Amino acid sequence: MALSRLASSSSSGSNLLKPLTSALSFTPSLRRPISSAADDSTTLTIETSIPFTSHRCDVPSRTVETTPKELMTFFRDMALMRRMEIAADSLYKAKLIRGFCHLYDGQEAVAIGMEAAITKKDCIITAYRDHCTFLGRGGTLLQIFSELMGRQGGCSKGKGGSMHFYKKDAGFYGGHGIVGAQVPLGCGLAFGQKYSKDETVTFALYGDGAANQGQLFEALNISALWDLPAILVCENNHYGMGTAEWRAAKSPSYYKRGDYVPGLKVDGMDVFAVKQACKFAKEHALKNGPIILEMDTYRYHGHSMSDPGSTYRTRDEISGVRQERDPIERIRKLIFAHDLATEKELKDIEKEVRKEVDEAIAKAKESPMPEPSELFTNIYVKGYAAESFGADRKEVRTVLP
Amino acid sequence: MGLRRFGRLVKWVGGNGRRPFSTSSSSSSSCDEMMVQQIASGKSLNLYSAINQALHIALETDPRTYVFGEDVSFGGVFRCTTGLADQFGKQRVFNTPLCEQGIVGFGIGLAAMGNRAVAEIQFADYIFPAFDQIVNEAAKFRYRSGNQFNCGGLTIRSPYGAVGHGGHYHSQSPEAFFCHAPGIKVVIPRSPRQAKGLLLSCIRDPNPVVFFEPKWLYRLSVEEVPEHDYMLPLSEAEIIQEGNDITLVGWGAQLSIMEQACKDAEKDGISCELIDLRTLLPWDKETVEASVRKTGRLLISHEAPVTGGFGAEISASIVERCFLRLEAPVARVCGLDTPFPLVFEPFYMPNKNKILDAIKSTVNY
Repeated sequence: MALSRLASSSSSGSNLLKPLTSALSFTPSLRRPISSAADDSTTLTIETSIPFTSHRCDVPSRTVETTPKELMTFFRDMALMRRMEIAADSLYKAKLIRGFCHLYDGQEAVAIGMEAAITKKDCIITAYRDHCTFLGRGGTLLQIFSELMGRQGGCSKGKGGSMHFYKKDAGFYGGHGIVGAQVPLGCGLAFGQKYSKDETVTFALYGDGAANQGQLFEALNISALWDLPAILVCENNHYGMGTAEWRAAKSPSYYKRGDYVPGLKVDGMDVFAVKQACKFAKEHALKNGPIILEMDTYRYHGHSMSDPGSTYRTRDEISGVRQERDPIERIRKLIFAHDLATEKELKDIEKEVRKEVDEAIAKAKESPMPEPSELFTNIYVKGYAAESFGADRKEVRTVLP
Repeated sequence: MGLRRFGRLVKWVGGNGRRPFSTSSSSSSSCDEMMVQQIASGKSLNLYSAINQALHIALETDPRTYVFGEDVSFGGVFRCTTGLADQFGKQRVFNTPLCEQGIVGFGIGLAAMGNRAVAEIQFADYIFPAFDQIVNEAAKFRYRSGNQFNCGGLTIRSPYGAVGHGGHYHSQSPEAFFCHAPGIKVVIPRSPRQAKGLLLSCIRDPNPVVFFEPKWLYRLSVEEVPEHDYMLPLSEAEIIQEGNDITLVGWGAQLSIMEQACKDAEKDGISCELIDLRTLLPWDKETVEASVRKTGRLLISHEAPVTGGFGAEISASIVERCFLRLEAPVARVCGLDTPFPLVFEPFYMPNKNKILDAIKSTVNY
């Protein structure tokens, strides 16, 4: 097919691969045997995979400090996200998840790195690829699988489904189904934060596909005009549904597309680069207003469950990214390089995670479906519920047979 | 899906498949003149293949036809545009960025230059960013320029309606919003044969058209579809089953549900007349009126929420025209006044039993 030829010969296609080995550049003096029970206070200095590229702003340092504990946590959290998405894939295929479902595997470093740099008082708003962002905000596996299967125990009481996860107590504003529509909302959140002077920021996430929507530029202008503490995060996974970025965007340098808004290009497959960039962006946004972070990342699955993900890109490209840039493998290598754990210990963590996911699914299956009357709630505030007229045109039913 | 097919098949005999469209102001009458009735048989096709065939013919018969939208050059998410880019080239069949407002605005401009622009909005739920372009630009272009300009060559295709598990943003039926915008036509087919003929009419119609395709039927609905180039008239409802006791009006995927209800009602001795409205704007009041004058009762059914749905417009018009002939209040069996639900879809939908209940209570009023 002409398409796959084009995809593999395109310049952006080859740019997707960057050597993972650069992740292993660390300060040699720190290379000493550390047992897996390493002292938490030990500081490791790590360099991000590649330098940041900036547009109208300073470049953050490539050197990041971390601890053995943080490295191990990153590994576990990302492995959990990966396993969760694979399980969601199976549940969808078993028809236990209905509706539309978009998986995040491959992009985990963005969710994890972002959370590591900010607090739960900062807000996050994203599109429909929201499972892992929700987990990162402190949501539980049980809430996730219950929501996916439309059960009462879900984070949106089973009324939202895959695309509509929310967690108010952790500043997670969802979970939005229309491409690009969440970004102007993010500006509104940021205005609220600025007005109340609580020194927090909003991260509004969108994809490279959404970057071509008009309302994104409206949001950019508004947030720059009023110096809002808004961080627009473009998760560039290089395909807007089935269309490669170079087919849809005249300038695929999404970090520059804010023109008058500063931007930073980040390796979104390197959790430390993401963390460093988000920390930098938060400081910047509080002082100077909006900034764009372009996270160069990759989704292993297709756009949604009905997209096999292999018609518009080559299998070689996918396996190449898995081998060269996988965010979990990068951390695994770092752990080995610092002698923080053995191969077996990491395998054990992955087994644990698998068990945790399986248990959550089993529990979620026990959660009952919502009451039929829930169909009519939450449309308006209480007292203004929707009415449903029966066939006799007289009876108002709120519970249908 | 067992849609009964009492419909006339109409073949257009215009020869080269072109009609002047930028100057003509009324389409349905000229449409009829150029069409003759002909019974023909063809291959068994499902709905998306019939759409594909129509687009194929449209591109082949008029070099000024263009097909574009999100992912269409790969065949589109529902495979409606499969193979078109290969055959007609990427200059005429192409992908757009994800920007619905831009897609429709672009289509209006392309059509204003005398082309036939067939734009696809991937789901009807995503049409709202383009709402401004459709309602303020496309619908009023001819009127406000005193007929100097128009975008009559524009056809916006979009899959609408429930699909069993689509959830909030892949299931909505937004047709009523567009029926409030004089200047555009709104067309919804019920089956593959209808889809092919109506889509070709829409593409060649000298007015901008919003063409909603019932996505539930893309694969489910299969029938014989003539292979040749034919068109079905717009703004002409079709009586697909004659009856005496009650008139049922619907469109799109809902007709197959209504037909099942008709069959069940027949067991109780109720004879239903089933009408496919086909074009919602401008709609065929005469056919519906004549039917209601005969039966004295009317039931309308659609998937969109009942309040402000197009059923309300039909109901009001028929009450105006046939008040003294009506023997019962007009019944509407529609979607509930809730957002389109995920797990509650079976409750929300105007299913066969709800329609059957309403038929009985209307007949026994």
